[in-house]
Amino acid sequence: MSQDLTRKTASELAQLLATKEVSAVEVTKAHLDRIASVGDSVHSFLHHNNESALATAKQVDELRAAGEPLAELAGVPIAVKDNLTTTDAPTTAGSKMLEGWLPPYDATVVAKLRKAMLPILGKTNLDEFAMGSSTEFSAFGPSRNPWDLERIPGGSGGGSSSVVASFQAPLAIGSDTGGSIRFPAAVTGTVGIKPTYGAVSRYGLIALASSLDQIGPVTRNVLDAALLQDLIAGHDPHDSTSLPESLGSMADAARAGLQPGSLKGIKVGIIKQLTGAGFQAGVTTRFEESLKLMVEAGAELVEVDCPSFEYAIDAYYLILPAEASSNLAKFDSVRFGARTMPEGNPTIERVMAATREAGFGPEVKRRIILGTYALSSGSYDKFYGAALKVRTLIQRDFDAAFAKADVLVSPTAPTTAFKFGDKVADPLAMYLNDVATIPANLAGIPGISVPIGLAPEDNLPVGIQFLAPARQDAKLYHVGAALEGILENLWGKRMIDFANELKGI
Amino acid sequence: MSDITPELVRHLASLARIDLKEDEVIRFTEQLALIVDSVAKISNAIDASTPSTSHPIAMSNVYRDDVVEPSLSQEQALSGAPDQAQGRFKVNAILDEE
Repeated sequence: MSQDLTRKTASELAQLLATKEVSAVEVTKAHLDRIASVGDSVHSFLHHNNESALATAKQVDELRAAGEPLAELAGVPIAVKDNLTTTDAPTTAGSKMLEGWLPPYDATVVAKLRKAMLPILGKTNLDEFAMGSSTEFSAFGPSRNPWDLERIPGGSGGGSSSVVASFQAPLAIGSDTGGSIRFPAAVTGTVGIKPTYGAVSRYGLIALASSLDQIGPVTRNVLDAALLQDLIAGHDPHDSTSLPESLGSMADAARAGLQPGSLKGIKVGIIKQLTGAGFQAGVTTRFEESLKLMVEAGAELVEVDCPSFEYAIDAYYLILPAEASSNLAKFDSVRFGARTMPEGNPTIERVMAATREAGFGPEVKRRIILGTYALSSGSYDKFYGAALKVRTLIQRDFDAAFAKADVLVSPTAPTTAFKFGDKVADPLAMYLNDVATIPANLAGIPGISVPIGLAPEDNLPVGIQFLAPARQDAKLYHVGAALEGILENLWGKRMIDFANELKGI
Repeated sequence: MSDITPELVRHLASLARIDLKEDEVIRFTEQLALIVDSVAKISNAIDASTPSTSHPIAMSNVYRDDVVEPSLSQEQALSGAPDQAQGRFKVNAILDEE
């Protein structure tokens, strides 16, 4: 029974809990058992919250027995990326700088999870301050891809992707600045969504680049992601970029997408710049197969041209470091985090410089220095100023593309999961992983990655990305659920069921 | 070619208050030169008439009602500080000896 419960989707668990076929304590214990057996091999968690998770589960069972009204996902366990503040668990953002830091407040998303009574199993690993695509830049060691433990689980949110892919939790929270939810989803055969900028409050998210960051769901299927976005979305006066209006029910959109004929008449725009050369052969094979299936189901394909996307990575690697260099100035050895004493006379500036030298890892230092350069008086116009203009061009490309299509489509990532060490010493090669995901962050629009099978050459997961206009996240859930349903019919099983049992466990 | 030199990297690191070790200066000089050369092509994409976008979804004058809400106590605000005294953050000397 315990084994079965970890294989269920969140919506199935919610159903079993609502009908009292299982208790929330049983569901949480099943996942804690799973964590105990595979946790060390996958290394998804930086901190476990067993006691408080079980206490929440017990409370759910008591309230249900008393006939109290409960949230749909009450009692369904979840894992939270370790760059969201939690008052009952250390929050490190994967950095030595914050090792052991216990925040004095909960992130708004965490407060919503607590209010809906989802047992929080623990905090998941990430590249330091979410800077990276592999978790190799976590100060506490990388997480592993459950499909092949010698490969990366994607990043920065490789802890959250590997948690759901290895059945340690049905749900997880991620954050996406340039692809940190969608890239890990693609390489682990799971679902990840970056909602519209401002759809989910970022209060309590340790900021990387404030004009790009967005919190979103990490799950094994589209409906679960929709239920989770419905739970965490909404206006928050604590976040001045939070959208005041509701974007509607994502769960309704996903359920509509699962109905037969739901793709009829939907115009899908293939982004010319994000296909073909530069994409692994097996990625293209699966991508084209999915497009064909969508056409057979009534969708209409059009090609769209987004010429400015050629410059998206360049603009991103100026805007992000510029904003990060400013956001990370708060780590100054005074108010929270580490303090390292230098040799000699310890003035505050020397303490600060010694602390930041000792507390930050290589990728964080590299990006802070790059950002400082991009913002310095001699290079501001040529670099940061130019990047802001490219951002306008990318938004215009999207506007033109969405005039021709309801949603846009591309592979989520150029390759399947690569091996540890393959790209860690070559920043430019690492940055290319996000070529297809970055434009959405620059424009503030929503994007989803849905698994579409295995690349024939390496039997590793491939993801497809759909993009929609700002505030139209519901379209992604509709189309994503539709394609997922078609593929599951074709396979006779779920994508994650292709995964082998974890080796050596 | 970029203008990234070890001297510039040392200067940028001192502006960013990071006391880089010499081997890091050498490595970052090489890596940043490659990155800067690569991103410099963005100037080909734009001209003087292209407007800037700093935020993806622009909002202005975001206010909330001017009412007191629960906030951190002094004790909570100091709870993560490396050092404190008399209810305040304690820091090292601001001025150098000379």
